[in-house]
Amino acid sequence: MKALFTKAVAVMIVVFARAVTAVRAIWPESGPPQRQCIYFANHSSHGDFILIWSVLPPWMRVRTRPVAGADYWLKSKLNRFIGCDVFDAVLIERDREKRAQDPIEVMSGVLDTGASLILFPEGTRNETEARLLPFRSGLYNLAKARPGIDLVPVWIDNLNRVMPKGEIVPIPLICTVTFGEALTLQPEEARETFLLRATDALLALAPKHAGDGQ
Amino acid sequence: MSAAGSDLLLLLFGVGGVLVLASSIGFVLKQRLSPDGSNVVIENLNARINAWWIMVALIGVAFLAGRIGVVVLFGFCSFAALREFVTLTNTRRADHWALACAFFIVLPLQYYLIATEWYGLYSIFIPVYAFLFMPIMAVFRGDTERFLVRIAEVQWALMICVFCASHVPALLSLDIPGYEDRNVLLIAFLVIVVQLSDVLQYVWGKLFGKTKIAPRLSPSKTVEGFVGGVASATLIGASLWWITPFSALQAGLLAFTIAIMGFFGGLVMSAIKRDRGVKDWGHLIGGHGGLIDRLDSVVFSAPIFFHIVRYGWSLT
Repeated sequence: MKALFTKAVAVMIVVFARAVTAVRAIWPESGPPQRQCIYFANHSSHGDFILIWSVLPPWMRVRTRPVAGADYWLKSKLNRFIGCDVFDAVLIERDREKRAQDPIEVMSGVLDTGASLILFPEGTRNETEARLLPFRSGLYNLAKARPGIDLVPVWIDNLNRVMPKGEIVPIPLICTVTFGEALTLQPEEARETFLLRATDALLALAPKHAGDGQ
Repeated sequence: MSAAGSDLLLLLFGVGGVLVLASSIGFVLKQRLSPDGSNVVIENLNARINAWWIMVALIGVAFLAGRIGVVVLFGFCSFAALREFVTLTNTRRADHWALACAFFIVLPLQYYLIATEWYGLYSIFIPVYAFLFMPIMAVFRGDTERFLVRIAEVQWALMICVFCASHVPALLSLDIPGYEDRNVLLIAFLVIVVQLSDVLQYVWGKLFGKTKIAPRLSPSKTVEGFVGGVASATLIGASLWWITPFSALQAGLLAFTIAIMGFFGGLVMSAIKRDRGVKDWGHLIGGHGGLIDRLDSVVFSAPIFFHIVRYGWSLT
């Protein structure tokens, strides 16, 4: 009964996201990824993973779990319901002091079940004018812990204009989710080199549109 | 069934027949020239024809549902068009309330006024009230960067996507003696003429086009396409006089006006696309691009057609 209810809520959230943003996926030439992977995306809104989730083909959607901050998604009953029950998020405690478990171990454990992950390597929402914040080391550490897995860059465009921080009413604007070709961690690749390469791969997907006032 | 109903059905069957013909031609062309789907022009042509089937079906259902159906359909068209338009503007965070207001108050209110036939208010609501109050909402946030550009863009978006587009369902409120309950056919006349004008300009252009008419704005438009398209749309408009309150000559002249306005509307909207660096307004309609790509000629012709008919034929 509860499973049916959460499924209905998930469908409603996806329908709502699509109605507001008319979101459209842009796939690389090789098409949607066919294997288990880690999607890493730019992060500017709590709705980011919902948008990625909405454009994934349904068979991929059911085995893809977002990685999210425990502080936000455990804040209220509603947040907990949407985060844990509906989207089955892998919750990470961001405060080092409160951590009971190493986040990399948690995420690796989830990867070992065969699930794909949605990860925001900036670690927090980008509220600056810069296109990306510097990546934290999480993506590198995870890639090192599970080196065989594809890392797929995903650029979410325009969602920050739909719902800027602090606003409660979303503005209907067209969003796109652009997927890039997968990368993998090279053997012996240094942390800095890898994170720079991943950042560049993600930035390369950002459209240069007139709408951002530049 | 009423006379209007049977005329409408006849018209829908006629349009259906044209689409069957178009789909057949598209199928033969595909078999001959692009069996493996590699000819881009043929594939795009077939995508466009398929999209036409869906658009005609939607309009047909709305017409048969009557006033509410038409108002709701064009309300949703305005919503999708406004979304495409605002996506390409320079709005900033400080415009958030103003934009929310445009989408969730101005747009529904305008269509509510259309549905209740309050001509005195719906014809000035956006040009006067939204024009003054939207910048007031934006100014509260105190962000002056590109202020004039931002408020001008939002006002323009509302005028084109909501105000002008709402003049299509507004045709239902005209009160023409001897034409009671048939106003929906005026919308059919407008939409058929303006869309056929676009399609025929494309067809004439593809067949005979040599001289570019506006190379910097729209490289695909040609003089041959323009002349052939407008002339044939005028003739088709004249031959549709039986669904209108006009004589054949009047119907032809109105069709000519509609086609010309539609052509220039397409050019203006093309200029905006060029400026914004995009090829299409969006991806809503397969093969055509965004909704505005299909609606641009309608929004430019609808208010003019509305006012000519209102002045010349309507009692209200």
